[in-house]
Amino acid sequence: MSTPDRPPTTPVTTPAGTPASTQTGDQMTVDTSPPDGATPPGTAQPEAPERDLAQLGLAALLVVVGVYTVYDASTLTVGFADPVGPKAFPYVIGTVMTLLGALLAVAALRGDVPEPDSGEDIDLSQKSDWLTVAKLVGVLVFTIATVDFLGWAITGAVLFAGATWSLGSKTPVRDVLIGVVLSVGSWYAFHVGLGIPLTPGILDGIL
Amino acid sequence: MESLELLAGGLATAVTPENLMWAAIGVLLGTFVGVLPGIGPAMAVALLLPVTFGLEPTQAFIMFAGIYYGGMYGGSTTSILLNTPGESASVMTALEGNKMAKKGRAAQALATAAIGSFIAGTIGTMLVVFFAPALAGVAVEVGAPSYLAIMLMAMVLVTSVLGSSRLRGFIALFLGLTIGLVGLDLNTGQPRLSFDQPLLADRIDIVVVAVGIFALGEALWVAAHLRRRPLAVIPVGRPWMGKADWSRSWKPWLRGTALGFPFGAVPAGGAETPTFLSYVLEKRLAKKGHEFGHGAIEGVAGPEAANNASAAGTFVPLLALGLPVTATATIMLAALQGYGIQPGPQLMTEHADLVWTLLASLLIGNTLLLVLNLPLAPLWAKLLRIPRPYLYAGILFFASLGAYTANQQPFDLFLLLVFGLLGLLMRRFGLPVLPLILGVILGPLMETKMREALAISDGDVAGLVNEPVAIVVYVIIALLVVVPLVLARVRPPRKPTEIAAELNDDDTTSGPTSGPTSKETVR
Repeated sequence: MSTPDRPPTTPVTTPAGTPASTQTGDQMTVDTSPPDGATPPGTAQPEAPERDLAQLGLAALLVVVGVYTVYDASTLTVGFADPVGPKAFPYVIGTVMTLLGALLAVAALRGDVPEPDSGEDIDLSQKSDWLTVAKLVGVLVFTIATVDFLGWAITGAVLFAGATWSLGSKTPVRDVLIGVVLSVGSWYAFHVGLGIPLTPGILDGIL
Repeated sequence: MESLELLAGGLATAVTPENLMWAAIGVLLGTFVGVLPGIGPAMAVALLLPVTFGLEPTQAFIMFAGIYYGGMYGGSTTSILLNTPGESASVMTALEGNKMAKKGRAAQALATAAIGSFIAGTIGTMLVVFFAPALAGVAVEVGAPSYLAIMLMAMVLVTSVLGSSRLRGFIALFLGLTIGLVGLDLNTGQPRLSFDQPLLADRIDIVVVAVGIFALGEALWVAAHLRRRPLAVIPVGRPWMGKADWSRSWKPWLRGTALGFPFGAVPAGGAETPTFLSYVLEKRLAKKGHEFGHGAIEGVAGPEAANNASAAGTFVPLLALGLPVTATATIMLAALQGYGIQPGPQLMTEHADLVWTLLASLLIGNTLLLVLNLPLAPLWAKLLRIPRPYLYAGILFFASLGAYTANQQPFDLFLLLVFGLLGLLMRRFGLPVLPLILGVILGPLMETKMREALAISDGDVAGLVNEPVAIVVYVIIALLVVVPLVLARVRPPRKPTEIAAELNDDDTTSGPTSGPTSKETVR
């Protein structure tokens, strides 16, 4: 129950841009972000932004969702002998959602900043790397588009290898091999072990 | 003791070679997934849910119990060896546990965590055995209005008491409630928020929502902020404890259990509060008080026990009322619903054999955890070095597999992506995940109860408050909303970790801190 006005507690971490590829002999090192000059340790913690106006986008989204929920409910017909009907609940949810969106907009304008989620592998002192996220989303879209046609065994392998590539792996052959083992293995595990047939796709009859 | 006889019956069902095998697989899988950095117990359970699809309910439950405790134990291993707790309940464990590990006492920290979890889990499960049937007996009498009120209370508790921003908690809750609306209205059969998509009208599979928000959302969020320098992992041998460690640990285990269970059983929202209280209590009671902050074993033993006891305690509202109060419990509820079982007052009478098997499985899973994981700890520690591209690509792979196997529809993968992006958005904007998932699960249930209550009263709003239980619960909700507002004016709110850090800083001048004062009463 802390005040919403508190700036995000950013963990003090080592400066970004320190080459990571040197630490072990492991081939699976992660691509480093471009070195941004010699940042002395301890100064890497970025100043908390005064206002996070990106929240206005979220607020707008909430309002849209809320208004649409109310509109959608208004198209329903109330049944016979049903004092509440299917409309009441969505009306309440949509209205409150719209209000919450407005409140968030006000809070954002008054300087309320969110506290982004932290975790073991998360380094919030760096800039967000949305390119990697976009690559991963692309890989998932490919999966959705092809899983019926190519089957889980092939699509799953592409999914794994594509994701490792997106995340900065530099060993494509090994990644593809692991992907194939995982996807074919999971296909057989579900088929034989649990009796759930996953889509074979173009490999129908081969697997 | 009728409960004990029924439990014995459950044990008899559960202890067959085949079932023991499922329990062992569950424990190993759960620990494996739980140890992986970035994966908490809720995500572990969500990711492994599809594995149980092909099994009989009994076997699935047994495996589930193993996954549940395994995932929790895996999480504490990570926080001790990495000092970066993946979830709020392990924050206190990491505080002392990692300091112990740095002093070369990682083996003892892991051992006291494992044995403490075992003791707390066993005592906690036994308490469920005695409490849940009694509570369910009362709960059968609870009508729709009271049930609606209790669900509202759980939502208010989880949304406003936990988390750092109440506004964001409620935003998450209402996002969840909106998701819960999607699909055919259960009374009139009209599709709501379905955009003329038959697959949406069919209602969204909760597994897809959970995996999307927990697993894919987390993986995408981590991908955007991947730590470019791997964390230092502290090497560990086989866990063991010396005589001094035992004598320093057993009291904190029991005290932690006593603190943790009530907080889990009363829908007061998770293990964060009891682990914190346990830490403060142990610190106050410790003879070697100065060792706190430098790796005191009591500071690992107490909070770990409190964490597991509270996890066991959450089974009381889950089994007796069908009310989940933690993210993990919510997914367990979804799993039960997947088998066509609606937890709630009737569960104890209609599916008694299943309930007792589940409780027996919890005991077995707990025991297997201790037997398997003490020797395997060094192996688990190696998992922490897994290259991150493989780890998160693996999460993506298994999340997709989980969402796809549910119905074998590419559309489910599309929904997974949508919920994954929503999960990413929520992490970016500091929206807590638990209220959302609670809203998805409880929203439709609440609507049913509300319409039931108002149908009985023929639309009269008084029908919502015509039971004494309902009135009492509404008063409690009002207090829950008002009291924090008053407290916030009296003193500035602070986070448990900050208080704990302060306790360590000024040990000599530990005057009246603003930490919870209930520690005197729980002795």
